[in-house]
Amino acid sequence: MTDLTSPFSQVPAGLPRRAFLRVAGASAATAGLVLAGCGKTDTPPVVNSNILYLGSTSTSAADVDAGLLNYFFLLKQLEAAFYQRVVDALPTDLPPAERAFFSDLRDHELVHRETLRYALGNRAYDAAAAQPLPFDFSSLTLTTRAGVLAAAQQLEDLGVAAYAGALRLVRTPDLVALVAKMSSVEARHAALLRDLRTPGSFAGDDVVVNAGVLQSVSLAKTPAQVIAEAKAFFLPIVVSTDLLPTA
Amino acid sequence: MDLFKIFSEIEKIDGEVYERFDTRRRVFKHLTGLGKTITAATMPALLSTMFNKAYGQTSGLSPEIKNTLNLALQLEYLEFHFYDTALNTPDLIPASDRPAVTIIRDDELGHINAIKGLLSTDAIPDPTRLAFDYTAGGRLAPFSSSAEFYGTAQGFVDTGMRAYKGGATKLMPNKDILTAALNIHSVEARHSAHVRLMRRVLAGSTNGGDIAGGPGNANPKSWISLTERDGPRPSVTAPVYGPGNTTDFPGEDNVQQGGKNVQTTATYPTIPGVTLTDAMKAAAASEAFDEPLDDGTVKSIARNFRSPLGERLGLFA
Repeated sequence: MTDLTSPFSQVPAGLPRRAFLRVAGASAATAGLVLAGCGKTDTPPVVNSNILYLGSTSTSAADVDAGLLNYFFLLKQLEAAFYQRVVDALPTDLPPAERAFFSDLRDHELVHRETLRYALGNRAYDAAAAQPLPFDFSSLTLTTRAGVLAAAQQLEDLGVAAYAGALRLVRTPDLVALVAKMSSVEARHAALLRDLRTPGSFAGDDVVVNAGVLQSVSLAKTPAQVIAEAKAFFLPIVVSTDLLPTA
Repeated sequence: MDLFKIFSEIEKIDGEVYERFDTRRRVFKHLTGLGKTITAATMPALLSTMFNKAYGQTSGLSPEIKNTLNLALQLEYLEFHFYDTALNTPDLIPASDRPAVTIIRDDELGHINAIKGLLSTDAIPDPTRLAFDYTAGGRLAPFSSSAEFYGTAQGFVDTGMRAYKGGATKLMPNKDILTAALNIHSVEARHSAHVRLMRRVLAGSTNGGDIAGGPGNANPKSWISLTERDGPRPSVTAPVYGPGNTTDFPGEDNVQQGGKNVQTTATYPTIPGVTLTDAMKAAAASEAFDEPLDDGTVKSIARNFRSPLGERLGLFA
């Protein structure tokens, strides 16, 4: 896949992709990954580390945005993998009326993931990876309706909070517009899952909050907060947001 | 202290200084109403108050941001009074749904307060319930049954969601306001998902919703699927799901994202026992994205709901 013809030409292909990814000799050994996102002008990958750095030391708009898109992309990969796992082995106590929800959710996340991958082109953190990052779902109970709903709600609420906290950091208007189109669908997902779990909790006050002068707005989390909550899924890789912008 | 000299100096850089004070006569009323002698000691504090009233309370936002926020504010007034009227209409909302509708109504009030806080004195004041005609000139009867109420509600929440999204990039010069709008807009999306769930329950749905909401859009999914067969009440809701005024604002059935057809880009793995048809893929590709709507189209939808008073007040003009 190339981004030479990408409409996202605001992210020029020629700029250094330094530090999108400084992964990971040890991870390659432990997880069977060979991840590299660096062209010949880039800093060589950091070896003997299993840290995946999202973002870049560059402050150009293109590099900042690519770092943030990689952050969203990683979360989408996580969600898509999660729903695929669920759809592959639906809990036996999931009523037939609720099964279609999960194939829809899986489809939406796949579409989001592929859209972001396309937007990133060869700037995707795993563009040169032999295989995608595996996710560790061993902390979840995926054999029961209750377990699946709890996990799905956690991921979707986290996704909504991630957009709420990080969309403001994206500098290219077309990319803000593109990601915003997905962010409200994420909120729809979250609302449905919450209602399935606890009827009437679609806009509970743990996720719809007052913040300063603002009332009834989505809870927002920084990339660091989001990744911290999701860190168990990335093991043995440690995802770092240190190179993402904070303002 | 020579007050007139101060004003004269200000006039050199702000020709409208006298007008600012003149249109804020309450400031002077407040001053004279103190009922005590203005002493040299109290004068600085009083002057400070006066100047704050004259200069300190406008939002200082650009016209484009103000217009975008004021359109959003008018839509929030429209929504708030809609839910508030429904909650005050006996036997309209099933008892089991009243808590949810109350949450939605209260969130809309929260959004009103939030936007008013951002706009300060630039905020359009609440035009009151009397400014709105929720029958859209006799085409709808939203307070006649819960089905009619929820159908109209779905049109409102989805319009609001698309309107915020359409205005988002205009707010980018002010990151805090961009964040506020986007984070209000995702709450609207949560509301929409719930209204759609209530509609499914009402319809006795057993499948989680049909593509495009099925016949009469009576069995909608929690997300916008294609153009929702023109929505719950097509004579009014068709433009809610249709395209906007320019090619930047395609309809909700759009599958071109960032110049790419996501229906064909995305990989749909084979699922045992399930055959994915092209129609299903098109639906999923459209559902995965909520589309923005331009302010012109949003206003034309909203103008359906102006009463003569609302028209006189220039709502959604």
